[in-house]
Amino acid sequence: MGSKVTMKCSSSEFMAVRASKELKNEDVVFVGIGLPNVACNLARATHAPSLELIYESGAVGAQPDRLPVSIGDPALVTGALGIVSQAEIFQNFLQGGRIQVGFLGGAQIDKWGNLNTTVIGDYSNPKVRLPGSGGACEIAVHAQRVLIVMRLSKKSFVERCDYITSPGQISKGKTRGEWGHPGGGPQTIITDKCVMTYSSTQNEFVVKEIYPGVKKSELTELCGWGLKFSDNIVVAQEPTDVEIDLLRNKLDPQKLYL
Amino acid sequence: MTGKLCSMKEAIADSVESGSSVYIEGFTHLICFAAGHEIIRQGKQNLTAIRLTPDLVYDQMIEAGCVSKIVFGWAGNPGVGSLHAFRRKSEAKYSEKIEVEEYSHFGMVSRLQAGAASLPFWPLKNYGGTDIPEHNENIKKVTCPFTGEVVAAVPAMNPDVVILHCQRSDAQGNAQAWGLFGTQKESAFAAKKVIVVCEEIVETSEIRRDPNRTLIPSLLVSHVVHEPWGCHPSYVQGFYDRDNDFYVGWDKLTRDPETYANYLDEFVHSCPDRASYMKKMGSELMSKLKAKALMSDGVNYGF
Repeated sequence: MGSKVTMKCSSSEFMAVRASKELKNEDVVFVGIGLPNVACNLARATHAPSLELIYESGAVGAQPDRLPVSIGDPALVTGALGIVSQAEIFQNFLQGGRIQVGFLGGAQIDKWGNLNTTVIGDYSNPKVRLPGSGGACEIAVHAQRVLIVMRLSKKSFVERCDYITSPGQISKGKTRGEWGHPGGGPQTIITDKCVMTYSSTQNEFVVKEIYPGVKKSELTELCGWGLKFSDNIVVAQEPTDVEIDLLRNKLDPQKLYL
Repeated sequence: MTGKLCSMKEAIADSVESGSSVYIEGFTHLICFAAGHEIIRQGKQNLTAIRLTPDLVYDQMIEAGCVSKIVFGWAGNPGVGSLHAFRRKSEAKYSEKIEVEEYSHFGMVSRLQAGAASLPFWPLKNYGGTDIPEHNENIKKVTCPFTGEVVAAVPAMNPDVVILHCQRSDAQGNAQAWGLFGTQKESAFAAKKVIVVCEEIVETSEIRRDPNRTLIPSLLVSHVVHEPWGCHPSYVQGFYDRDNDFYVGWDKLTRDPETYANYLDEFVHSCPDRASYMKKMGSELMSKLKAKALMSDGVNYGF
């Protein structure tokens, strides 16, 4: 792809482009709505044309010709390779080990990649009631790798989640192996300032890539836990003009998600 | 039984009793709002409302005071955000609460599968390390008698009434659907009673021309309701698109209990049936949402 970098991009665009780089041509992705969906379509339009998109609603090999406005948009059905029931999606595709990549996000995340999409505060008398798991818990358990896309803030990147909806690398003091999770769990957290990866020596997520112009001190300040940095930290590659053009003019021209 | 064909009013009056468990099926697709509105109009109370993704129609039933318990996997406005009636009956700053029984989608699907197959429970590999089982005593562990592996288990679910919307059915309830299925088949087999709602009533001969399209046979069905546009603002593949502006606008409209009440008055209580509701929606919206034709080729069933 063209590597010219002259256009200024927004943080959402940066996140979408960075997320797309995590996807390989041979991957089968469990896609969500919003930015992950844009990232998948960008990957298909650039380096991963064979990337297979599977939606929780039952669309397999979907090729939506408009940006889906919900996880069950009719455009996911038109022209798809197959439509299956949700029992098949969860049992055969996800639990059956057919999904390489899952995308997740949440209201809270901790240093092990545990996510909370359920409540802020006490479960039985919450300060904020969020929608809950949906398919998130099983995606975190079964997908071979999980990509997390979340904006970095003290409110979201917390020392301890109020509730664990989806398991990370270590949950309640036990590893994934000890819990018996078949999938690999969260591997990468893509934020609007940096990319974190899980360090198996430090047993927590550490900053691996920093976006151009962002200072380490800024990241430390925006993170609710004592954030660590990889020894070989690199500056993230900026989106190219071709990528930004695709996002703005083809993939999300109405700016629904970017 | 003969004469299953009836109005929504008759089907709900006949099937949904206050205190019963109700599942209006649909996963963004084929959500029968018309049934929810009729439940509200008939003032049903103390319902246990079951669904993977309780969305706007369940929120309306909560706001209207029909629901005392919700059994679910994800409660939100898909693609938009929160359900405000649900939040007002869940959060600390409000006094009135509904009971919550919470799973993930996979857990809900598994409960329905056990119910459909008449098994006591269904095993699944899930929930380790999370707080979901800590707050739901229906999620337990079971040891495989063959390998010794420990997996999660959830009990069978058998809703009193399941309401399924589909594209077409004959008058007996041989129902055909296409597009996204959600858990239609599992929930129908799990149900004690099934109401089929359809966009079109067709001759049985038309069902027989494409038997692979049949979602459920009539032997499961107690009532058949012909209700065109019964899913608006949800959608029916091949009939009409999702009314996305409605979902987006819903957020603001329902933050304030007063505007929410006004909505229910105008569009639910003041509409005796679906036809009058759609008349209020207007022909311009209907022509905007009407699906374009994109026919499949059909297959050879000969031998």
